[in-house]
Amino acid sequence: MAKVSQATVIELKEKAKELRKEILKMLTTAQSGHTGGSLSAADIVTALYFHKMRHNPKDPKWRERDRFILSKGHAAPLLYAALALSGYFSKSLMKTLRKLGSPLQGHPCSRTLPGVEISTGSLGQGLSIANGIAAGLKLDGLGSRVYCLLGDGEIQEGQVWEAAMTAAHYKLDNLCAFVDNNGLQIDGHCCDVMYIEPIVKKWEAFGWNVFDINGHDMAAIVNALDQAETVRDKPTMIVARTVKGKGISFFEGKVQYHGMAPTPEELKKALKELDEDGK
Amino acid sequence: MANKSMATRDAYGEALLELGKRRLDIVVLDADLSGSTKTGKFGKAFPERFFNIGVAEQDMIGMASGLSLTGKLPFASTFAVFETGRAWEQIRQTVCYSNLNVKLVATHSGITVGEDGASHQAVEDIALMRVLPNMTVIVPSDGYETTQVINTIADEYFGPVYVRLGRSKVPSVMPERYRFKIGKAHVFNMGKDANIIAAGIMVSMAIAAAEILKKNGIDTGVINMSTIKPLDTKTLLKAAKSCRVLVTAEEHSVIGGLGSAVSEFLSEHYPVPVVKIGIRDEFGCSGSSEELLKFYGLTPDKIVKTIKKALK
Ligand SMILES: Cc1ncc(C[n+]2csc(CCOP(=O)(O)OP(=O)(O)O)c2C)c(N)n1
Ligand SMILES: [Mg+2]
Repeated sequence: MAKVSQATVIELKEKAKELRKEILKMLTTAQSGHTGGSLSAADIVTALYFHKMRHNPKDPKWRERDRFILSKGHAAPLLYAALALSGYFSKSLMKTLRKLGSPLQGHPCSRTLPGVEISTGSLGQGLSIANGIAAGLKLDGLGSRVYCLLGDGEIQEGQVWEAAMTAAHYKLDNLCAFVDNNGLQIDGHCCDVMYIEPIVKKWEAFGWNVFDINGHDMAAIVNALDQAETVRDKPTMIVARTVKGKGISFFEGKVQYHGMAPTPEELKKALKELDEDGK
Repeated sequence: MANKSMATRDAYGEALLELGKRRLDIVVLDADLSGSTKTGKFGKAFPERFFNIGVAEQDMIGMASGLSLTGKLPFASTFAVFETGRAWEQIRQTVCYSNLNVKLVATHSGITVGEDGASHQAVEDIALMRVLPNMTVIVPSDGYETTQVINTIADEYFGPVYVRLGRSKVPSVMPERYRFKIGKAHVFNMGKDANIIAAGIMVSMAIAAAEILKKNGIDTGVINMSTIKPLDTKTLLKAAKSCRVLVTAEEHSVIGGLGSAVSEFLSEHYPVPVVKIGIRDEFGCSGSSEELLKFYGLTPDKIVKTIKKALK
């Protein structure tokens, strides 16, 4: 399989930077919300929305679109940034995040915001929903694919493993999920709160095709997504090793930035860091 | 069809099979109880549209939700206690919050589950479902009504529905000419002395009780309130105004079920006492279905006594 071109990687990395900026601005305006987990998955979501997924912002319900389910719904700002920059709605709407009457609810709401496939926010449920969509698409003979993003703390939920069995049992090879393996959850390091390793072996044991990648290596993400498409009879799990708060030095690896928005000063510094990165 | 004694779950199995024949978008999910819930019939006929999720009720609700998002019409079934209890939050967060066209049809509700005992007897499922925004709650009284309910919620209604079915055989009560409509109660007759608002298996008990009372010179009406949400408040108001004693009868806890729904409405719009017949804030237990009905006071006899006492 042809590897992704260097030009595409550079373009996507720029896009991921844009997403990170929008996430930070959105959260600073809202003065609440989830910073760390939005930043850690920014490269994955960029690869999906701006490279891999077939979707049409002008026709969010296009029958043949690929689907994305944000199972870790608290990373809503990341999804909103991807949707806004894709053109699902006006960028100015991002200023209304978490405000009364806004379609940009604290956690994604499919009834208020076009492009959100299903409401999430209660962890552990997205993979089951993704399975159902994948099964439905197969019944319709559509070639669309389903993508799902889980947190590494989230996989402590029992329902995730029910869904893991179901996806393998029904051979949902049109499904590709990610674990955003940033090693942190709310109360601390995942492996202190509740030991989750060995993640890769667990998914393999559940009958999945598994890729273990650096979740900030854009070429690795794209190549894994491409390879997943060639796998038959098995769902694919991409275990993406990431850093919580990725991209902003003073947020990286900091557990307290899970659910804390940047201050205006932090925003200024953060945007500067992103601008200077790679220059 | 309208005078055959049968379990509502059997009527469901048949109705689902017929529905599957005429509608290709119907998919059915079960959690390792397809023999008991009777979804197995559909499963045998349409294996590609049947998903056994194993003993994993939460995953079943998620999977049903996903299927509905691709335009399928999923029916998800298991025992009432597991469907509404184990998967309550999945029903809340996904099915109801997003107003998905998912039909939850649970069997083995109430104490008439029998010998399996309290762990398998849902006496709080109506309460759990009724509190959810966007949810419709239906408790059919017999096989004939069940068939109509299943077809109606498939053909005429988009959105989450909870249908509560039973394990044991129930006598047929609904007349041949009856046509089920969501939110429309069926009035057998209005009484001057008392009216019994009943649902599910208690409809036949209410009819039997009314006959006994009639012989005693007490004019008693019977109303089948098969849709518990949305409640047929027009009929309810009429029933409350036309009699001296209003009684509710249900095979469910008196907390949160039909009796509560009736009281909630009347307390605001026409405050009258509501005498509730049902399970009193307690769990079920093992026994035969008939024994348990007696044990918990869900009999025509008990209804008769209750009404006589209230009229004094
Ligand atoms: C069912 C449920 N329980 C608890 C929460 C509260 N909560 C929000 S985020 C979170 C930690 C998630 O950690 P992880 O999945 O690792 O997310 P990430 O690190 O990617 O932000 C918790 C417990 C929730 N949203 N849902
Ligand atoms: Mg984490």
